[in-house]
Amino acid sequence: MNSVNRKLWKYNGGLHLEDHKTCSNQMESRELPMPKRLTIPMQQHIGEAAHPIVKVGDKVLKGEMIAESSARVSAPIHAPTSGTIVEIAPMPMPHPAALDAVTIILESDGLDQWCELHPIENYRHVSSDELRDRIRDAGIVGLGGAGFPSYIKLDPGQHFAIETLILNGAECEPYITCDDRLMRERPEAILDGARIMRHALHAKRCIIAIEDNKPEAFAALERAQSQSGQADIELVLVPTLYPTGGERQLIKVLTGKEVPSQGRTLDIGIISHNVTTAATIADAVIDGIPLINRMITVTGESITTPQNIRAPIGAPIEALLDFAGRENGVETQLVMGGPMMGISLNSASLPVIKTSNCFMLQPKQPTVPESPCIRCGECAVVCPAELLPQQLYWHSRAREFEKVQDYNLFDCIECGCCSYVCPSNIPLVHYYRFAKTEVWAQEREKEAANIARMRHEHRQARQEKAELEKQERMRKKKAALKDKEKGGTDDAAKKAAIKAAMDRAKAKREANQNPEAAAPTDVPSQEAAATETQPATIPESTSKSES
Amino acid sequence: MFTATITLSLLAIIFGLILGYAAIRFKIDSDPVVDQIDAILPQTQCGQCSYPGCRPYAEAISSGEADINRCPPGGESTIQALADLLGVDAKPLDPEAGEVKPEKLVAVIDEQTCIGCTLCIQACPVDAILGAAKQMHTIIGPECTGCELCLPPCPVDCILMVPVKTDANHWKWPFPNPDAGLHEAQR
Repeated sequence: MNSVNRKLWKYNGGLHLEDHKTCSNQMESRELPMPKRLTIPMQQHIGEAAHPIVKVGDKVLKGEMIAESSARVSAPIHAPTSGTIVEIAPMPMPHPAALDAVTIILESDGLDQWCELHPIENYRHVSSDELRDRIRDAGIVGLGGAGFPSYIKLDPGQHFAIETLILNGAECEPYITCDDRLMRERPEAILDGARIMRHALHAKRCIIAIEDNKPEAFAALERAQSQSGQADIELVLVPTLYPTGGERQLIKVLTGKEVPSQGRTLDIGIISHNVTTAATIADAVIDGIPLINRMITVTGESITTPQNIRAPIGAPIEALLDFAGRENGVETQLVMGGPMMGISLNSASLPVIKTSNCFMLQPKQPTVPESPCIRCGECAVVCPAELLPQQLYWHSRAREFEKVQDYNLFDCIECGCCSYVCPSNIPLVHYYRFAKTEVWAQEREKEAANIARMRHEHRQARQEKAELEKQERMRKKKAALKDKEKGGTDDAAKKAAIKAAMDRAKAKREANQNPEAAAPTDVPSQEAAATETQPATIPESTSKSES
Repeated sequence: MFTATITLSLLAIIFGLILGYAAIRFKIDSDPVVDQIDAILPQTQCGQCSYPGCRPYAEAISSGEADINRCPPGGESTIQALADLLGVDAKPLDPEAGEVKPEKLVAVIDEQTCIGCTLCIQACPVDAILGAAKQMHTIIGPECTGCELCLPPCPVDCILMVPVKTDANHWKWPFPNPDAGLHEAQR
């Protein structure tokens, strides 16, 4: 079912970039020797950070869960090798601002001893829910770089019928070849993963899309498919154009459909996953192996032998760089991800995380200062999301966050085409990222303000209610007293009360003057008076303890 | 003449009834402008504007009694939003009201020092403090608006204002530095 003559569509813009892929994709991938210490941050995915479930000093086995989370958008984390937990503390993670995240340090015991694994014999006999649970428990997140928990994308809910499952093997970003190598080396795993996901989603058809600069990967998948004897998966070569690997762009190319603005692919009956994610899902389901290592491209002009390395999560980046060989004597710049969308890292001692698909080491280049926008419009020509990058830029720069949203800021996929073609060297994507995070912060503040308003109003209502109740009690008491007065015994009772009060005041005065003689003089009448005066004080004390 | 008078009177009565009905049917309970102003204010309920909470301040702005530049927690963006809403010029923050804090602070109780007097609980405008008489108190961090109203009543000064820690889900990209421009590697 490998349609070479399939009808394909085109999206707006895009760039033909020099792909720099052959430097790293010619060599068979190699396994990194297990480092002595693994640094495992708890935030390796989009969503809530996981919480450690191990203590310092605990011995863990390879594949054992060491952190989990009850939040929906989160993923558990597993021990990449056997060893001892030596430290749990906040440490910098690979992040544009090198933020701290709680991190587990695992010291390897060198035995690499597996915990007990629970393979699923035949996934076809297992329900979608069980498959999703397995994929969640294996800590699998989108390995193309986004890091969104995969099980959620396999749970379309009852209202959506999934027409098409797309496996994204486009890998359009220059330099990166980890998906390419994986498709060549483990095509069976990718096909298995595709079938498992298709089974979980009840998808009508499944397409694996590969850019036409990877004919070897295509051939490998084709061979694996014919060997498996099933022709249920459509393999499609798509033209090489950056950013065809973008989810929305790939869907457009393959189906001609457009994902609605700010909508999800689910809305048009499509789900897409990365090919590496598919292989990892196959491992998790068929062999019971959680996500503990991944394929990473180590490349760039300052690497002597660019290549793909299979490394455990938590390995220090410098171990990978040294394994591939570093050019000496040049000041270098380390980038995680590709040259278009990657983030610069300040330190090579940071660890590999689940979303690290590529580390690029380039000689340090001078930065070019930003010049004024000349309104040439090149950015709009190349924008694959059909946005108006200039307008987005102006409004982001002016911090006009409402206007920037009117120009659909959130449909920007941050592919970097606009910055690439900008003759004024404006870091456009940086402006959009700035605006996006500002908008999110404002939304969070708005939500917090609404909650604060609600809590304040509730408090005020409660205080008002308590005050009214107090007045009501006073009124009733007064009415009762009046009734008593009318009853006849009033005068005597009143006089007794007054006398009791006076006695009490006198006793207090005496007590103050002479602490030794503090004993009350007239106990019974004081008690009688107390029963009358107390109700007036009770509401206050109750309202206090309520608040 | 007579017919004209009758007709006009009838018309007047009919329209009067319609208007009267409309006034009851489409009655507006609260001033919508107050709600709109209140929606812009940050709801810290701190009282730095000299009004006892955000809503009273919103009411004072709407009646023209108070100026729009008396809310330090809201800062410049709140003043700008109020100016846009009310069609007046934005002005700098009134120094009398206070200063804008560079970062968001929340209260934290030093639980070793707390004597359980409940005074801070009574002062908190958003019920963000949990505790009871002679029991240790604690602050529900996410609910704290940072109004600092709990600080003065505390007899043992055990409440500290600490900056909120940024995690990956709350981190913001900084404003691009125009001199840095594009990294050559991205070209």
